[in-house]
Amino acid sequence: MFDDVLFTYGTLIDSVGINALLALSMYVVLAAGLLSLGQAAFMGLGAYSSALMSLQLGWPFWLVLPASCAAPVAFALLVGGPTLRLSGVYLAIATIGLGEVLRAVWINLDITGGAMGLSGIPEAAGPGLIYGLLAAALFVLWRIGRSSIGRAMEALRGDEVAAQVIGVDIARTRLAVLCASAALAGLAGCLDAHSTSFIGPAQYGFEPAVTILSFALLGGIATPFGPVLGATILTLLPELLRGVADLRMVVNGLIIVASVLFLPSGLLPWARRRA
Amino acid sequence: MLAQQLLNGLIQGATYALFALGFTLMFGVLRVVNLTYGFYVSAGAFAAWALTTRLGLGLWAALPLAAVATGLAASGLDWLLLTRLRRARAPELASLMVTLGAVLALYAGATAWLGSDIRRLPPALSAGGAFVVAGLRITSAQVAIMAVTAVLVGCLWALLRATRLGLAIRAMAEQPEAAALMGIDTGRLALLVSFISGTLAGAAGVLIGFAFNAIQPYMGEAMMLRGFVVVLVGGLGDIGGAVLAGLALGVVEALTAGYVSSDAKEAAGFALMVLVLWTRPTGLFGRATVRRA
Repeated sequence: MFDDVLFTYGTLIDSVGINALLALSMYVVLAAGLLSLGQAAFMGLGAYSSALMSLQLGWPFWLVLPASCAAPVAFALLVGGPTLRLSGVYLAIATIGLGEVLRAVWINLDITGGAMGLSGIPEAAGPGLIYGLLAAALFVLWRIGRSSIGRAMEALRGDEVAAQVIGVDIARTRLAVLCASAALAGLAGCLDAHSTSFIGPAQYGFEPAVTILSFALLGGIATPFGPVLGATILTLLPELLRGVADLRMVVNGLIIVASVLFLPSGLLPWARRRA
Repeated sequence: MLAQQLLNGLIQGATYALFALGFTLMFGVLRVVNLTYGFYVSAGAFAAWALTTRLGLGLWAALPLAAVATGLAASGLDWLLLTRLRRARAPELASLMVTLGAVLALYAGATAWLGSDIRRLPPALSAGGAFVVAGLRITSAQVAIMAVTAVLVGCLWALLRATRLGLAIRAMAEQPEAAALMGIDTGRLALLVSFISGTLAGAAGVLIGFAFNAIQPYMGEAMMLRGFVVVLVGGLGDIGGAVLAGLALGVVEALTAGYVSSDAKEAAGFALMVLVLWTRPTGLFGRATVRRA
């Protein structure tokens, strides 16, 4: 009975967990007041680097998984210095730009399979691993949210200048936030590649970047649980709306519009309580 | 060969400039990064397609009608999505996110309604001839693009610099609250600026549809991404910068496609943008006042 459910809905169950991890990666940057639209690009870096480690180098999965965080984090460190001096809309647009540059790289390189992408990636990631990592990430982020780092992030989100005055190191906090977010997105990319066994450049473009943002917005960013809830709803909803598959993105878009206009702090605002 | 590519690049760049003008105007005056803006290219092109194929209008009749219809739609969407946020003095990021959601819905809705097939203007319109001047080949579509762009840029410049309305728009860009105190109805002016911007994007859409003779719902998305490059390289809110940066982007793309690979041309534009943002965040021409969120 349980095996049947797993067989029928296996991919869906996996993608809820993976999208929840992506939502957390968005949560980390939003919680520090940064709007980065580079999450899909980081995910792509993790997915491609992990797939190449599995396919070309033949590394075992327990080695590939932690290593898949390395490429996005290295990229975040490389571009973070100059990029994070930008703020607001400049940062959002610059990260879209970086994502598009990376997408052009995937399409133009032979080793990444061009527009066809890579297939035949070993299906090494199961729901147990995905949800274990999700729970671990949630726990760590929840603890961080209640620590001095979390308060520094919240101060940055509220007012940069005031945060600096009370001693928050803006540059270091932002870079740390970007790296953590890149690592989470890379992890999600690796899990995705190793659960669906196929990746292609279209999976890491502008539209997925926006979808990841909508997870976090719908749930609200007062706690890490909000984005996970948002990801769950927005991943399951299309399955319920299967009859109107064409309108899936219409619904996603309208949810973003409605949540900004009518629910500025997301579905879980009441969770914002602090000692 | 090089001269031909430079020419093609400049003409392509003229459409980018025309498109980016409205985007940068919206940001400069309304302080909104309006992501629905790219959709107006598709809307303008589809309006022109409907007017020419269904009503049998000629291109020169369809162009202004389609552009104005797009402008009205832009004004309506602005009212629907942004008045509430403007009244609440919400931060730039809120309006960016609202328009982001709206544009996803618009593209998906348009695709569901119209299908993703490529549509073409009637052959009588697209079969323009070509001239050879000093060894360079120019099609009549390219001549039309240059002429329309020059006229519209001139009109916009004259409107902003030589009329009372332009003065009001510039006042609102400078100091919205002071402008309101001086008796300018900023709410109505915002809708008017959206209308002007939408008209420019609609005209750009018609011209692009005409130049490539391929019209489909997502055509605005590629333009939107280029629009980012143009307005950031030119400086957000800087009209002259947008024109120069648009032409420059056209040339960079043409040269990349000619000498490297046509798959790399979009990435070349983005690489240019990222470099400019890193080194000169106020834009290459650096005159724009910095307004950061």
